[in-house]
Amino acid sequence: MIALYLLLLIPLIGMPLLGLAGHKPWAPRLNNWLNAATLATSLALAVIVLRTGTLISDDKYWLVDAFNVYLIVLTALVGLTTGIFSGPYMAHEEAIGRLNPRRLRLYYSMYQGFMLAMYLILVTNNMGILWVAMEGATLATVLLVSLYRTPESVEAAWKYFILCGVGIAQALFGTILLYFAAAQVLGAGEEALEWTTLYTHAAEFDPTVLKIAFVFLLVGYGTKVGLVPMHSWLPDAHSEGPTPMSAILSGLLLNDALYAIVRSKMIVTQAVPGHLPGFLMMGFGLLSFLVAVLFLHRQRDIKRLFSYSSIEHMGTMTFAFGIGTPAATFAALMHMTTHSLTKSAIFVTVGHAAQIAGTQRMDKIRGLIATQPQVGWGLLVGTLAIAGFPPFGVFVSEFLVLVATMESYPWLTLALLLGLAIAFGGLFHHIQPIVFGQRPEGQTPVRANMMPVFVHLALVLLLGLTIPGVLADWFDEAAQLISGGMPQ
Amino acid sequence: MTTLESLYGQAVLLFAALVLFVSFVMLAQSRVTTLVNLFALQGLLLALTTALVAVMQNSPHLLVSASLTLGLKVILIPLLLHWLILRMGLHRTTDEVNRPLQLLLGAASLVVFSYWITLPVVQLSALETRNIIAASTATLLLGMLLMISHRQALSHVVGFMAMENALFFSAVVATHGMPLVVELGVAFDVMVAAVIFGVFFFQIRESIDSLDVDRLSRLTETEESES
Amino acid sequence: MTWLVNLLQVILFVAAAPLLAGWIKKLKCWSQNRMAPSILQPYRDLFKLLRKETVVAENASWIFHTAPYVIFAVAVLAAAIVPLVAVAVPSARMADIIVLVGFFALARFFQALAGLDIGTAFGGMGSSREMTVASLAEPAMLMAVFTLAVSMSTTNLAAAIETLLHEPVTIRPSFVFAGLALALVAVAETGRIPVDNPATHLELTMIHEAMILEYSGHHLTLIEWAAQIRMMIYAVLLANIFFPWGLAETLTPAALGWGVVAVTAKLVALTVVLVLAEAVLAKMRLFRAPHFLGFAYLLGLLGMLTHVILEVG
Repeated sequence: MIALYLLLLIPLIGMPLLGLAGHKPWAPRLNNWLNAATLATSLALAVIVLRTGTLISDDKYWLVDAFNVYLIVLTALVGLTTGIFSGPYMAHEEAIGRLNPRRLRLYYSMYQGFMLAMYLILVTNNMGILWVAMEGATLATVLLVSLYRTPESVEAAWKYFILCGVGIAQALFGTILLYFAAAQVLGAGEEALEWTTLYTHAAEFDPTVLKIAFVFLLVGYGTKVGLVPMHSWLPDAHSEGPTPMSAILSGLLLNDALYAIVRSKMIVTQAVPGHLPGFLMMGFGLLSFLVAVLFLHRQRDIKRLFSYSSIEHMGTMTFAFGIGTPAATFAALMHMTTHSLTKSAIFVTVGHAAQIAGTQRMDKIRGLIATQPQVGWGLLVGTLAIAGFPPFGVFVSEFLVLVATMESYPWLTLALLLGLAIAFGGLFHHIQPIVFGQRPEGQTPVRANMMPVFVHLALVLLLGLTIPGVLADWFDEAAQLISGGMPQ
Repeated sequence: MTTLESLYGQAVLLFAALVLFVSFVMLAQSRVTTLVNLFALQGLLLALTTALVAVMQNSPHLLVSASLTLGLKVILIPLLLHWLILRMGLHRTTDEVNRPLQLLLGAASLVVFSYWITLPVVQLSALETRNIIAASTATLLLGMLLMISHRQALSHVVGFMAMENALFFSAVVATHGMPLVVELGVAFDVMVAAVIFGVFFFQIRESIDSLDVDRLSRLTETEESES
Repeated sequence: MTWLVNLLQVILFVAAAPLLAGWIKKLKCWSQNRMAPSILQPYRDLFKLLRKETVVAENASWIFHTAPYVIFAVAVLAAAIVPLVAVAVPSARMADIIVLVGFFALARFFQALAGLDIGTAFGGMGSSREMTVASLAEPAMLMAVFTLAVSMSTTNLAAAIETLLHEPVTIRPSFVFAGLALALVAVAETGRIPVDNPATHLELTMIHEAMILEYSGHHLTLIEWAAQIRMMIYAVLLANIFFPWGLAETLTPAALGWGVVAVTAKLVALTVVLVLAEAVLAKMRLFRAPHFLGFAYLLGLLGMLTHVILEVG
């Protein structure tokens, strides 16, 4: 229990601290220490849950089970590594004049605020508070997207705010309908919003109302996941914000939004006959996947390229969660992990690449390996990983998704394979001239801490070669919780 | 024949209909100052409805929600918006809708659509206010229509806040209010959102020298002559 | 016996119409701090016109000659449908509100044709403007009365009002909207500000007056009287549909007396509101008239929707 409260308390204290002192030179170190402390707390929490099973607080406000505990650890890990990367990165940005001390303070305090919101999303047992935290995460990051104050970034932030705001309003309506359906059976009051109570009584709820509620929840939270056609804010927001922002938005917030959808699905599938929730998720997921791989080819900005890659992967995950079999769920959970690690690593590398070349346009970035081998190779390996090359973890998880699809819907495998091939082609078509080739005039290496990137990529490689027993058990348990069966 | 015979019930129905009516008038409105005032009126009607339902159903926590709405949506946020209008000199800008009549008729069809969507909910509910659920959903959709049809950033903010109004309204009439902790959280989010909107206006103004959001169009998928 | 009361009511209606017009004129003058003409002045005007020579253009067809009679007859018949003092009169039971709208349409038809008949520019302009306004006002009016009809499950005015009188007093949102819609339509159809200025002498701003520019003598009497009757019909509709209390349900002298008092009071209140609105608003340009009437239609539609959504079940 204490670990849980500590988990939330640390970022809560960090917010005002960094809000006051974010411009000091020791601020990045403070940020890193805070994140490290949160990581330690989350690991402790994970150990407790592994040993003693699902943790539900006495007042039923908090819930930590197999599904969200590993997401908590993942969030803390990526938060820490991105924080380590962002220290020198933001210092460089301040040095070249794109930021001033006031904005640095905003950045660091909102960094902790964002982490707090994400932990809140993951550990709350109350669907209403889940919504509040989701909106809170949006609010924390919206000002950060426009941190550079260029017209493009302001536009991206505005789009992000409005589109996600409208989407999340739909999700609130879905939550209200869910509460309504539950209140018919459980009576009004906080019980009717507690996920644990809803999960046990779900079969008694009215199916029609739950169907409508799920549609609204899927569309609402799906906007935050970046499902097509609600995705148009994603490439803009992820490409115009500072790179650490892109890393944690792509790596973490999308996961949390998908988590919210899966939690809702777990309730709704028990009451609704047929596979409507699953089919809806599969439809949106597949659509996002296909649209994203096609759009990959047209991109001119390197961060936009990888944002579309994020949409593609989130689409795959939604699709896999939609299939709903234990094998597919296992694959989706693993994909969440590998994608998160790889994408944040890529964005970190891309950030450095942009710093080296002074621009984010891909036709202006050249000869990275020649300029700064660490960055160049990091980008190449990262792209290999995200495109699904063996032996990286993304390959394994995508392979598992394909296997699961073949078991249930064989004819869809073709679409997935085609999409993967197109994505592969698109990514390499763009990345190859960037990393290879002559070093252009006047391009110098930048001060970069590539350690986080290599740690992430090593983890992904490890996951690809062999899934540690602990992790596999974790995924198994979570898959069982979500889909009601053990994966093979 | 109405289901509610008492005077409270009639008043609640009347206020609910007026909330819907105000949404329609907001749609056709072209002056931003009037838009903000209409939004405040909508919030006031909403707070009154909630208070009436609270008295009718004897639920004190609804009274807390009602006063929260009153403070936030009728006083604080309209004040903030008016301050922004004054500060940025927006009181002379108009946000002309191209075809107001078509828009209003589209809005009427949205009302019918929301009636259809919420039929299962209405049939299931045992509350006296169940008939109003369709009106609150319609207000939600009309808020969205407001955002789509207008070009000024301020109208978008008002539309967003009107949507939050409608959501609160839905919660009140469908379920007699969400648990208080959730209501407080939502109110907090809305307040922070309003403040951030305010900050945004200054940023947008600085970057494109107007608040016409249609001019924010540099980030597109197609390649233009300038980067 | 009932037929006698019915006949008396119609005669009262027709005879009181100029009085209402005079009263409105008086109120307008008071609101503008002017000396008002006597309240009986419209009677004197009508009588004066009767004695004048009727000048008709050479190329006028039979339409021009017969239109005033048709218009007046239709106005009187329409007045027979609307319950003024008593609800339970046979003529009110015979025809329903759609017939009323049809009567208005018939009168309008002949009026517009008469305006076009001689071939003057202003006549044609007035006719086309009148038809523009009417094409939008009619659906709005129908929508408003449909709301009433759906609530009371009948389109017959007398039956609807009787049902309304027997129910407990309730505030229905649908009636609020329908009443507003009907008020807006009444303003448009009777040619009041903000749609048309009844006191204008500038032909280019006229809608109703332009159609009747060529009429003189006893033709003009009939037409002017018919216009006043129409004004009274709309006012009585608004007063008696939405505030029906005071209408005589039986035909005893006491009830009838109360009925007269009630309707007078209601009309006085209504005209005060009308004059105040006219004082505050300005006449709209013609191209805005469709927006005005579209809004009235929307109000009627909203009334219908709120009835279905909020008041059923």
